[in-house]
Amino acid sequence: MNKIRFLLVGVGGQGTILASNVLAELGIELGYDTKKAEVHGMSQRGGSVVSHVSWGEQVFSPIIPEGEADVLIAFEKLEAMRFASGIRPGAMVLINDYEIIPVTVSSGGGQYPNVDEVRGTFKPLTDKVFCVKGVEIAEELGNAKAANVVLLGALSKILGHDAEPWLKVIEGRVPPKFIELNRKAFQAGRDAVK
Amino acid sequence: MAMPAITEEEKLVKRFLSGNEALARGAWEAGVEVASGYPGTPSTEILENLAKMPGVYAEWAPNEKVALDVAIGAAYAGKRALATMKHVGVNVAADSLFYAAFTGMEAGLVIVSADDPSMHSSQNEQDNRNYAKFARIPCLDPADSQEAKDMMLAGFEISEKFDTPVLLRPTTRVCHTSALVEASPDRYQTPKPGKYPRNHAKYVMVPANAKHRHPAAEARLEKLAAYAEECPLNRVEMRGTELGIIANGIAYQYAREVFPEASVLKLGMSYPLPQHKIRDFAAQVDKVIVLEELDPFIEEQVLLMGIELYKPDDWEGGVYPHFKSIFPLTGELNPKIVRTHALRAGLLPEDTAVQPEVASAPAAGISLPVILAEDLPNRPPVLCPGCPHRSTFYILHKLKRPINGDIGCYTLGVVPPLSAMDTCGCMGASTGVAHGGYMAGDSERHIAVIGDSTFFHTGIQALMNVAYNQSNVITIIMDNRITSMTGQQENPASGMTLQGKAAHEVDIEALVRALGIKRVKRVEAYDVDAIESTLKEWLKIDEPAVLITDHACALLPEERKKYLPLEVVEDDCNGCTLCFRIGCPAIIKSDKLDEKTQRPLAEIDPLLCTGCEICAQVCPRDAILFRDQMVELKMQ
Repeated sequence: MNKIRFLLVGVGGQGTILASNVLAELGIELGYDTKKAEVHGMSQRGGSVVSHVSWGEQVFSPIIPEGEADVLIAFEKLEAMRFASGIRPGAMVLINDYEIIPVTVSSGGGQYPNVDEVRGTFKPLTDKVFCVKGVEIAEELGNAKAANVVLLGALSKILGHDAEPWLKVIEGRVPPKFIELNRKAFQAGRDAVK
Repeated sequence: MAMPAITEEEKLVKRFLSGNEALARGAWEAGVEVASGYPGTPSTEILENLAKMPGVYAEWAPNEKVALDVAIGAAYAGKRALATMKHVGVNVAADSLFYAAFTGMEAGLVIVSADDPSMHSSQNEQDNRNYAKFARIPCLDPADSQEAKDMMLAGFEISEKFDTPVLLRPTTRVCHTSALVEASPDRYQTPKPGKYPRNHAKYVMVPANAKHRHPAAEARLEKLAAYAEECPLNRVEMRGTELGIIANGIAYQYAREVFPEASVLKLGMSYPLPQHKIRDFAAQVDKVIVLEELDPFIEEQVLLMGIELYKPDDWEGGVYPHFKSIFPLTGELNPKIVRTHALRAGLLPEDTAVQPEVASAPAAGISLPVILAEDLPNRPPVLCPGCPHRSTFYILHKLKRPINGDIGCYTLGVVPPLSAMDTCGCMGASTGVAHGGYMAGDSERHIAVIGDSTFFHTGIQALMNVAYNQSNVITIIMDNRITSMTGQQENPASGMTLQGKAAHEVDIEALVRALGIKRVKRVEAYDVDAIESTLKEWLKIDEPAVLITDHACALLPEERKKYLPLEVVEDDCNGCTLCFRIGCPAIIKSDKLDEKTQRPLAEIDPLLCTGCEICAQVCPRDAILFRDQMVELKMQ
């Protein structure tokens, strides 16, 4: 394999962009040609957010073709299902076990999918599905906003990477007073997929 | 994973920049001293980044036409100047683009048109390379961040060498993709300008002068076409000779991804084209195709040159009125689309198709439901929790009058359950369209909604027309003090400039009165009753009126400090659903049902709620606590 392509999905405001920035910087740190693509503007207002990060010897297309992502990182369960067709067969899938109910459900007739439906969606595609209670773990550490770093910790473990290069990048991106929290969140994420 | 592509040395000199950051960096290195623009996705971050760099004056203008006039004026005065806008902004600025194309300038002028194929955040899809051809000016199309920076520098050189404005046209995938860029610490120094030009024949476009400038523009185009042959932005990459691809902009990346063995003529300059280079390239390969996004802009010109392009036998595409032969005419491309069409056209062997191995049956003993993506509940962009526009749309939905909308966050008033918008076309259109409905004799009273920034952009003239030509349109100016949809950029009502200088705040009420509107009222935007009673009263009066709904955007730092999440008192809620109808993401259906009605009770997400109290005002049973009650509750 000469490329790894990460598809990051979530809901506006969940820290998807920060996580994709960390992944992109890490790619460069590890010596890969790296591209990161995202869409700004209207979609940021509580809508679905998607970001593409590609590492490789030479990366041309910034967008990951449908059905070709090697890793899907979903910060919200419904969004995980929405982008299931983005992954290649056998891809790794990391899902934040967290629900954000869209207004189409709270004010309309839509139904939020249940746990079996989430699992059922990925079953024919891959058996490498990891679920982490990112928000719950981050809340226990004192700040729900660190959920994205919990997820990054879990991802580092799934990819079989050492923690150090990841922590170096994360620490370079957060204010000093949050470094300790983020270290703990990252480690908790690693522990969550043991 | 084998590789390292980047050396330790490269890590030190290269920066990871988005296309927009790279454009800003390029503008700085090119010595730009004056930059003006209007925010618009995907262009906004160019000026935001440039504004922070030393030695640059950067501003948000009220609209793109003003921005371009400012940049032209600076270039007349001998300083390199930049104007930035999104593709549809060029429609607004087109008048100025065309005179500048005739006059030329004393120093370089680059106009960035950030195009948005697939309309990720736009009302229409258009290919602005056509503007370059229309105005007889060169067009540069970057394919990544490095090219974005390099082409900004090249653009200024071309502009000065040929005395022409240059159109630099990145697209969303270039603007919002980050990649490694080699930046230079050096900045070009514009020679000290002389006296302001008094060259009437060149700069005063009365007919007697302008008629000489048109032939000058055509002669310049011939020189540019000759330059295109040697311009390093147009390069041939010879690989196999079976297939040759003429590619432009982001489509170049897809050409490399999908056809790694093909030769490529990469056209960094899409207008005017290097005719001889294209002819030579075509002669060296068996089949030649054009790979470009949106219009067959290059394809048509290549066909006009009499160069034969590959087209399979019995192929239906590529005929009048659409000359695009193989790839789609609408929407952005991606490697999957390119591969699919190439397969259909016989350009790729069948086995290159990606065959997802989807298991046909679930594992024995376990049967899990599968939901198709199209059957999942949508998550459309919605007004944020605490958005001061929500109350107005809640009332407008109840009033059921025709609503003529405009461009901004408040366009989301169309999203259910608010569903309170009937038309929306472009910036500033609302009030004019409403006036037209009245003049057509429409029996219903028209209400126009427009934001503060859009009102300044092109709404003022339409309101002046309402007063002057006397219709009874009610215009609601939703004044949240900022240009929000693009990410909170300052405007003439913000009291602050792009570069942080305190500024006069336009008095919208006084301005509206000066236009000739007598019935004007400013209300607190969160006050549901005030909005409802005012509009109901005005609907009975046959004269134009303006309601200014006043509250700063809930995302502004000062507003964030005031967040105070509200709570539902479970015992008082009976699941009547009224609060769900304001479409606030912070209000969710609880798992608990009302005993009598068996309907789900309301619940408030404390992470999302800002405490705007719109739901509390709407609740008929006082089941949602107001801020004061929350404070009391906490003190107990």
